[in-house]
Amino acid sequence: MPDGGIGASSKRREDVRFLTGKGRYTDDMNQPGQAHVHFLRSDVAHGRIVRLDTEAAAAMPGVLRIFTGADFTDVGGIPCGWQITDRQGQPMLEPRHPVLAHGKVRHVGDPVAAVVAETLAQARDAAEAIELEIEALPAVIDMRKALAEGATLVHEEIGSNLCFDWGFVEENREAVDQAIRGAHHVTTLELVNNRMIPNAMEPRVALGEYDAADEQHTLWTTSQNPHVIRLLMGAFVLNIPEHKLRVVAPDVGGGFGSKIYHYAEEAFVTFAAKAVGRPVKWTSTRSEAFMSDAHGRDHVTKIELAMDAEGKFLAVRTDTLANMGAYLSTFASCTPTWLHGTLMAGNYTTPLVYVNVKAVFTNTVPVDAYRGAGRPEATYQLERVIDKAAREIGMDPVELRRKNFVKPEQFPYQTPVAVVYDTGDYDATMDKLIEIADRAGFPARRAESESRGRLRGLGIISYIEACGIAPSKLVGQLGARAGLYESATVRVNATGSISVYTGSHSHGQGHETTFPQVVASMLGIDEKQIDIVHGDTSKIPFGMGTYGSRSIAVGGSAMVRATEKIIAKAKKIAAHLMEAAEGDVELADGKFTVAGTDRSVAWTDVTLAAYVPHNYPLEDIEPGLEETAFYDPSNFTYPAGAYACEVEVDPETGGVEVVGFAAADDFGNVINPMIVEGQVHGGVAQGIGQALLEGARYDEEGQLQTGSYMDYAMPRAGDLPFVAVDHSCVTPCTHNPLGVKGCGEAGAIGSPPALVNAVIDALQSGNIAVTHIDMPLTPSRVWAAIQSAR
Amino acid sequence: GKPARGEVEDRTLLVDFLRNELRLTGTHVGCDTSQCGACVVHVDGLAVKACSIFAADLEGAEVRTIEGMANADGSLGVIQAAFQEHHGLQCGFCTPGMVMSAASLLKDEPNPSEAEIREYLKGNICRCTGYHNIVKAIQAAAGQLSPASAAAE
Repeated sequence: MPDGGIGASSKRREDVRFLTGKGRYTDDMNQPGQAHVHFLRSDVAHGRIVRLDTEAAAAMPGVLRIFTGADFTDVGGIPCGWQITDRQGQPMLEPRHPVLAHGKVRHVGDPVAAVVAETLAQARDAAEAIELEIEALPAVIDMRKALAEGATLVHEEIGSNLCFDWGFVEENREAVDQAIRGAHHVTTLELVNNRMIPNAMEPRVALGEYDAADEQHTLWTTSQNPHVIRLLMGAFVLNIPEHKLRVVAPDVGGGFGSKIYHYAEEAFVTFAAKAVGRPVKWTSTRSEAFMSDAHGRDHVTKIELAMDAEGKFLAVRTDTLANMGAYLSTFASCTPTWLHGTLMAGNYTTPLVYVNVKAVFTNTVPVDAYRGAGRPEATYQLERVIDKAAREIGMDPVELRRKNFVKPEQFPYQTPVAVVYDTGDYDATMDKLIEIADRAGFPARRAESESRGRLRGLGIISYIEACGIAPSKLVGQLGARAGLYESATVRVNATGSISVYTGSHSHGQGHETTFPQVVASMLGIDEKQIDIVHGDTSKIPFGMGTYGSRSIAVGGSAMVRATEKIIAKAKKIAAHLMEAAEGDVELADGKFTVAGTDRSVAWTDVTLAAYVPHNYPLEDIEPGLEETAFYDPSNFTYPAGAYACEVEVDPETGGVEVVGFAAADDFGNVINPMIVEGQVHGGVAQGIGQALLEGARYDEEGQLQTGSYMDYAMPRAGDLPFVAVDHSCVTPCTHNPLGVKGCGEAGAIGSPPALVNAVIDALQSGNIAVTHIDMPLTPSRVWAAIQSAR
Repeated sequence: GKPARGEVEDRTLLVDFLRNELRLTGTHVGCDTSQCGACVVHVDGLAVKACSIFAADLEGAEVRTIEGMANADGSLGVIQAAFQEHHGLQCGFCTPGMVMSAASLLKDEPNPSEAEIREYLKGNICRCTGYHNIVKAIQAAAGQLSPASAAAE
């Protein structure tokens, strides 16, 4: 067996181009004759467009054409990919989302006009000459006010700011109420899951091109899922047949969810390229990104946890307001519902759960899935309320969790919230965490901090997530308007090297390295013999892309299935070459052998025979060696684990320093430990960012006050510690061929409650009676909480 | 290095000149407020954010970009190799700026402490790695670089 393969920390092959400046990001692409577009965006949150005069601007140097909402009345709106059915059985309210605002603007950043010009500078200059008058309407920003009687409507035509009122599990509602009324102890917590701005470092870019002779459209775009964009934009917005529309997502500089969705700018450049007869390119500035990339989270929640006298959880009830922003983004409706409610049992045997979610339209940027998507919101509520409950009943928070864990012998475990956990061992990851976080040494560290006038806290949590999204039949019943399988084509070349065409998309995850490791292990050949092709709808089979920690669990499984088909056919060819029975042929170390003999043929003998079939079983099988598989998972995967955050708080200033962080994860089997650990590092950093630094702020008029890196605090190197990571607790997934669970989101899910729990622990240790502070835990918020407690 | 010339408008930033005129697209633009550090290059030996200076002001200057950081034979330089070895990059977008900043740091301080590395990188934002492996990579590179080769990096 050559080096590498499953389990090896193979170095990333994509790094060489990234490290030498040879990456191929969308903004690095330029097409001959390319024009540039600049969008004139609304600077008010809500208003009627009363005047939009582009005449003077259109006469400016270099301007090719100026588009407004009136140019897009005959095309579709930007669609939502998931329909939610409310408590009364009614479909959610779905307002039209035009490509360019028409009649009204609904958030700061809503595009009103688009100037296409020879150069970007000319387009910008001309945009300044557009005469735009907007009659301001009251801005709907606060979700509670949005739902109040007589509130201004974001969309008059749908008659309400309430998108849907969702209950889950609706049949359990009465039983949950009863359990809470009769419980020995009920802990209640009201909390805010702060609005995040994803901030992948590469801003979005879209470049449209149209070949009139072939009626062929091409869209180069910063997407996590080019086929999804092709389907949504082609079928629902621009009415372009799929065979006439190619979508390419080349190197993409991070996504974190924000590059899943179909955005108006993609439809615009595709439309405009045909209309002006030139390629049209848009490159987002960071300022535009802040007001046009879908934001994340933004939930306001009340959670109640009912326990018996021994601390066994009896019921959980939550009420959540979820901000949709001004329009429904692609997966906006799914995030606070099915990706959130189904995780409200957590790692615990709580028998009764009821989740109510009211989704609300406001005059803010659309909100959609952001790293973790619904699962961080669920985990944050649960792990915060459990910590509060432990304090209230005087039990060690780890012991309270252990008392309620689903135990290994209970798997498969049917939760009361629809999902069935296939496997797990939550005590094992907790044991490992306590070891690597050195909980035993904490009292001494706390004493040392106290000797310097600092308060030290240790916050510990458990988490579980549902990944490997998703079984198509199940999600179809839940409202998904797409299947969520994944695809792969394995093309073996005549001399034995392999190209794998995957529907997954890599935008930092390292698929070009890890996917070959899997195929190499299955065939027993060197992973350098295998390359990955991804991101181009004209090359890859129809794929659903990368999000929800699904690449290796679903995309990897499709690749395994295709490779299994390759092996089956190759064995037939080998059997023919060796004049042996097919059933006697074994494949190991890149060699086909007749079992129990020394007769063998090399991998390359078989591949060559497949393409030069002079001695070949042509009556039984076709020449060639290329197979495609679509894999639809039978269940979600359930990564789980335990996280610990250690902080020092300065009680005089409210300053919080993260002094230690440990993560013990069960990701099932791991293909490349180096890459998995990197995913955890990054996820934890994003969670610490959310808990400590980040948060979008709107004022009452709907102005985004955090619209640049000057006022939106991104985590910097100096804000973060090294993270101790362990993934040695392994309960392999029981239903996919690799036994993998996915690792991309765990860090962002587990870290916010760990950090907040740690700060509360620190304050409590100083006899400061603070039970909750909303994220981000900035010095001013922590200081204010300390003052009000004193 | 190679001499490069071009006519630019007064308002053309160095980063736009590099990317759009010279087609050196390794230097990236990640923000418009000179804070993300994706566009860090070396101008006459000093680390500079290429979005913060005009190309027209640099007549006769020596500008080094990520494209000039590999060894003469095309193999990765010490810092680049350390980033690969220690998985100091994921999506790769901030990476050119990180490498250029790291080179500048190690030139001035061949053996920086962890705290000094983290402090120095405050002008470079990474969203993928949590900086963990970037710091590790720079620590590793520091250990390998002799003072002379550090100066050459």
